[in-house]
Amino acid sequence: MSSATAGRPHGRTRSTASLRHRLAERGIDVSLLMLLPALVVAIGLFVYPFSYGIGLTFQPTPATQEQWGGGVLANYLAFFKDPFVFNSVWLTMRLALPAALFNVLASVPMAFKLRKRFRGKKLLTTLLVLPITLGTVLTAQGLLIFAGRQGWLNRFLIQIGVIHDPLPLVNNYVGVFLSLVISGFPFAFLLISSYLSGIDPSIEAAAKTMGAGWGQRFRRVVLPLLAPGLATTFILTFVLAFSVFPSARLVGDASGATRVMALMAYRAFGEQTDYPMASTIALMMGVVELLVIALVLLWRSFLYKGSTGGKG
Amino acid sequence: MTITASKFQSLELRGVGRSFGGVDALVGLDLTVRAGEFIALLGPSGCGKSTALNCLAGLLPLTHGQILVDGTRVDTVAAENRDFGMVFQNYALFPHLTVERNIAFGLQMRKVPKAELKRRVAEAIALVKLEQHATKLPGQLSGGQQQRVAIARAVVMEPRLVLMDEPLSNLDAKLRLEMRTEIRRLHQSLGLTTIYVTHDQEEALSMADRLVVLREGRVQQIGTPEELHNHPANWHVADFMGYRNLVDLDVVSVDGPNVTVAGNGVTLHGTAVGAVTPGTAVRAAIRPEDLVVVSPSLPVRGGNTAKATVSVVEYHGREFAVGVTTPGGQLLHVRSDHAPAVGSTVELTADPARVLVYPLALTGAAALSDEENELLEVRR
Repeated sequence: MSSATAGRPHGRTRSTASLRHRLAERGIDVSLLMLLPALVVAIGLFVYPFSYGIGLTFQPTPATQEQWGGGVLANYLAFFKDPFVFNSVWLTMRLALPAALFNVLASVPMAFKLRKRFRGKKLLTTLLVLPITLGTVLTAQGLLIFAGRQGWLNRFLIQIGVIHDPLPLVNNYVGVFLSLVISGFPFAFLLISSYLSGIDPSIEAAAKTMGAGWGQRFRRVVLPLLAPGLATTFILTFVLAFSVFPSARLVGDASGATRVMALMAYRAFGEQTDYPMASTIALMMGVVELLVIALVLLWRSFLYKGSTGGKG
Repeated sequence: MTITASKFQSLELRGVGRSFGGVDALVGLDLTVRAGEFIALLGPSGCGKSTALNCLAGLLPLTHGQILVDGTRVDTVAAENRDFGMVFQNYALFPHLTVERNIAFGLQMRKVPKAELKRRVAEAIALVKLEQHATKLPGQLSGGQQQRVAIARAVVMEPRLVLMDEPLSNLDAKLRLEMRTEIRRLHQSLGLTTIYVTHDQEEALSMADRLVVLREGRVQQIGTPEELHNHPANWHVADFMGYRNLVDLDVVSVDGPNVTVAGNGVTLHGTAVGAVTPGTAVRAAIRPEDLVVVSPSLPVRGGNTAKATVSVVEYHGREFAVGVTTPGGQLLHVRSDHAPAVGSTVELTADPARVLVYPLALTGAAALSDEENELLEVRR
């Protein structure tokens, strides 16, 4: 309670606590005011443009309205009814889901292996994480040079007689998938490693002394404790893969198998100068991502999420 | 009570050793454990006691020696097939499983039929008095309750051997005393064979049938609590067994077990443990309870007397614990039936039978394995 004594009949002595302390007792934290500049920036550069974009989706161009009807909802009608646009959801999903799954599943045994101490561990970890530092464009360029029709890999394989025709590894689905793995795996690996290191090794040792073989230990002890971490990692790598853009264009088949949503939005914005439609596609991209995230989080909510370190 | 320990006659450790990258953590541990025994591995941290336990459990492969149960090697058997129960220092409960399912885990691994599993889990829960907490997660339990789950989880398997790795070190003092009795009760009523690792000599003395004192990976002494308490094999064991006063002196004369030692203006009569010869440097070990301030009711014993200055006086109920400083500047812990004034000079005395005189060198023949003795022979 404050000690502003003015109106009090029995005149308690004035509090010697500082103003800051007295405000804190009423739940007011003055230092939060320092958030103000950041808040202004966030509103100006994110909240406002984002809301503006949402607004745009309800202001379809006359051409869209004419073709698809539906008044202010013409953009959404176009999105769902135009197979050329709507198919891109499936095309993106077909890339992002397997890529995210692969990144998570491949990281688990890797993280397990790297939990132990051995010579060259640092080097191996560095090699695994290094691709994070490469940009998407550099990765794409590298893939083109290494795995293209006239690339080092194909030429080598042809020369040693393993294949006769170059393998189609770029400018198609495989190329984008590889690029998503190269950029997404280090993230997944780093995250899962840290989740795994949070599991007390003595829990596994205890399971061992109780007669559990490695398969049972993994399935009944490690996996349940790791699952929430796997879910989080999956979400992050999925979002990363779902918004794929540069590699879909550079090492993919931009008008066919890798005609992802980001490309469609860019096409509407850049080639057709149809801002409202571009905003609609971008917004729907977010909605699809949110749907997948919601599903994963729903699954995660059924799992044990507490501490993973022995004492609980 | 239908939970009982599986039977075996003896467990034998033959020259068990473990080194980590060339550094010996445990050297030549020879020990024969009879069924139903309670053995404590005792020593300061880093002495190799936990290494020994992990080797027994199969969590660490041996680098030397063998472990045999009734003559059959078990050190080559994987941990999951050894049929030894283990209680971990941090309990290592499965945080995502309820108390019941934590306890049932091992039985499920062993494919015990459902009805029997239910009965045995219920029994184990009753044994550690956790009936009201059976469906809680470990995180919802207190430290002592978690400890009991860990014990129930180990004994429900009816293991041949229960290994305990400092199971009480994370509990508060009162709970530790309670759990000590509890573990001892379970050990006796279930007929378990237990190997218990601790750094607390009081815990080891009060619980174990036999103690193994380790130092830097080497066995210092194996014996009953009484043997260790009254006849430590070397000054290190003595130090660990509560002989808080260690005084470095020189041997003046030797007469059988009776020796006279002197140094810093003090002359003491004591009992030699190990080989001492006149003129060599030795270390005399005396318990605080055996070194007393002379008073009308506590006369000088065996001609042992020394002067010292009182520096600290603590009240301990029936007597006073007094810290005194010798003319040589060494701090000694002594007992007194009265409270001497701080700064005053008092006369101390100790029964010569309770002044144990040890050679300084710790590598007595008793502390070495046969292999090392052979090596020493060769070097001579």
